[in-house]
Amino acid sequence: MNRAMNRTWSYLSLCGLMGYGFPPEPLRRMDPQIRFLGADAGSSDPGPYYLGSGTHFVSSRQLDRDLELALLAARRGSLPLILGSAGGAGAGPHLEDVLVRIRRTAASHGLRFRLASIPADLSAETVLQALRDGRIEPCGGAGPLTEEAVLSCQRIVGQMGIEPFRAALDAGADIVVAGRSCDAAIFAAPAMQLGASPAVAFHAAKIAECGALCARPASAADSLLCTLEEDGFLVKPTNPARRCTPESVALHALYEQPSPTQFVEPEGILDLSECRYDAVGDRAVRVRGSRWIPAARASVKLEGAALRGYRAITLAGIRDPAAIGHLDGIEASVVETVKERMGSTFDDLHVALRFLHYGMDAVTSANEPPPPPPREIGLLIEAIAADQTTAQEALALARSTALHQHFDGRKTTAGNLAFPFSPSDLTAGPVYEFAVYHVLREANPEALFPIRWEEIGR
Amino acid sequence: MRLYDAVREIRSKNAGPFTLTIDLICPNQTTFERILSSPRFGPRAIATLYQVEETSVCIRSVRQVLAIKVTLPRASSSSGAPGDRDVYGSQQHFPLADIEI
Repeated sequence: MNRAMNRTWSYLSLCGLMGYGFPPEPLRRMDPQIRFLGADAGSSDPGPYYLGSGTHFVSSRQLDRDLELALLAARRGSLPLILGSAGGAGAGPHLEDVLVRIRRTAASHGLRFRLASIPADLSAETVLQALRDGRIEPCGGAGPLTEEAVLSCQRIVGQMGIEPFRAALDAGADIVVAGRSCDAAIFAAPAMQLGASPAVAFHAAKIAECGALCARPASAADSLLCTLEEDGFLVKPTNPARRCTPESVALHALYEQPSPTQFVEPEGILDLSECRYDAVGDRAVRVRGSRWIPAARASVKLEGAALRGYRAITLAGIRDPAAIGHLDGIEASVVETVKERMGSTFDDLHVALRFLHYGMDAVTSANEPPPPPPREIGLLIEAIAADQTTAQEALALARSTALHQHFDGRKTTAGNLAFPFSPSDLTAGPVYEFAVYHVLREANPEALFPIRWEEIGR
Repeated sequence: MRLYDAVREIRSKNAGPFTLTIDLICPNQTTFERILSSPRFGPRAIATLYQVEETSVCIRSVRQVLAIKVTLPRASSSSGAPGDRDVYGSQQHFPLADIEI
């Protein structure tokens, strides 16, 4: 054991998210200590739309750019490349699209490698069976799961832990492209394969998955070098314009996590309460004292997005003080008129109108007392309905009614709204909601996350 | 003193689609202690501000880095669902940032 631990070795996290970009220079003159390259490619932060619709939240061209740089660097150095949560939400359509891009890039450069791809999709039947067996629990504030919620989902993914990555690397994968993954597993799995302890591997991975976000100035669009030692690790941004400080690295542990000292992973709990962070030179930090509490049986976090309708929006400015003062009345009249014009369609196709007052209270709403009226407000009108045509119909009626709506003391009798563009009404497409955000207990990763193999360029 | 003026950083973000987490980074030990001991900063006060259950508000601190973490549910809707106003949850440090400590 500890075959790689006789000397220190490193890995490179390319960036916090594939498609955000990273400078190419460090890849051109690669540190000879580097044993593998990795990058997280996904997140649930941009909301349920991307999982539901099967689309990317980064631009395709930027994704191609990052994939090309990563593939060329990995093959040039004969280093494994590990990508997790491919395509953002990491479901079937995302993974397949990324694989198409990888094959295309490989063909255009004549690259040869063994590609392992690992889908993360779970069928509704699999989830329903687990639900009936009592193996599904809510997590992170979601309510109890129902069969109806499972069946309402467009697609459901499971966040794979280290096992599928380990299995792919053990079987000789040059490039691993995984669907939805635990961010840390992307780096922890290869690090553990090279001999790192779970405590060191998972803590380093937790930091590495965000690229140079733990540095100052912070950036997810830049690379981070992790150097693993027997009882700890060093982090250092590759970009000389950034530096890690003990404080910046320690504070990074808090970022978008419910607990500041404990991180729940499928395989156990990473405990940082006894960690020490020491500066090494000007730009690196050594981390020691991470602890690992293994779980008895692996669990898998599930994410599922359900379609909730179709959206159309318009945005307009209001400068007239009387109009700003009568917004509530104007909006009530608008809703009444739209209901009247649409008749039974309004309720039958579940039309919902929403008005947000930017410059006033759109962001924090009823959590704060109303402010004094501002000089201008931005009025966002949103219509959601069971189909796109109905949403557009409701919005068009709401927009024209709001533009000309009368109110007491009105002086701006030629129009209440300043539209910044024509057409004023925008089609925003399907609206989704996270209907599944639950934990599957006693999971069998081998069955849930099958590995597929491809010989590229042979 | 207003909490917003007292801290060096105050950042809010989703911790998953159903949870909001607000980190406060203090400039010194005195401010750190002052915030933690303020009666306006307890779970009950924060629950009232954000219209959530008192038992759902969790306050933890990390003395070594003078950081305080407040975790609470997203009251009105999960991230990106119909009715949501802040998909990333990144501007929900108010009204908390406005309290006097």
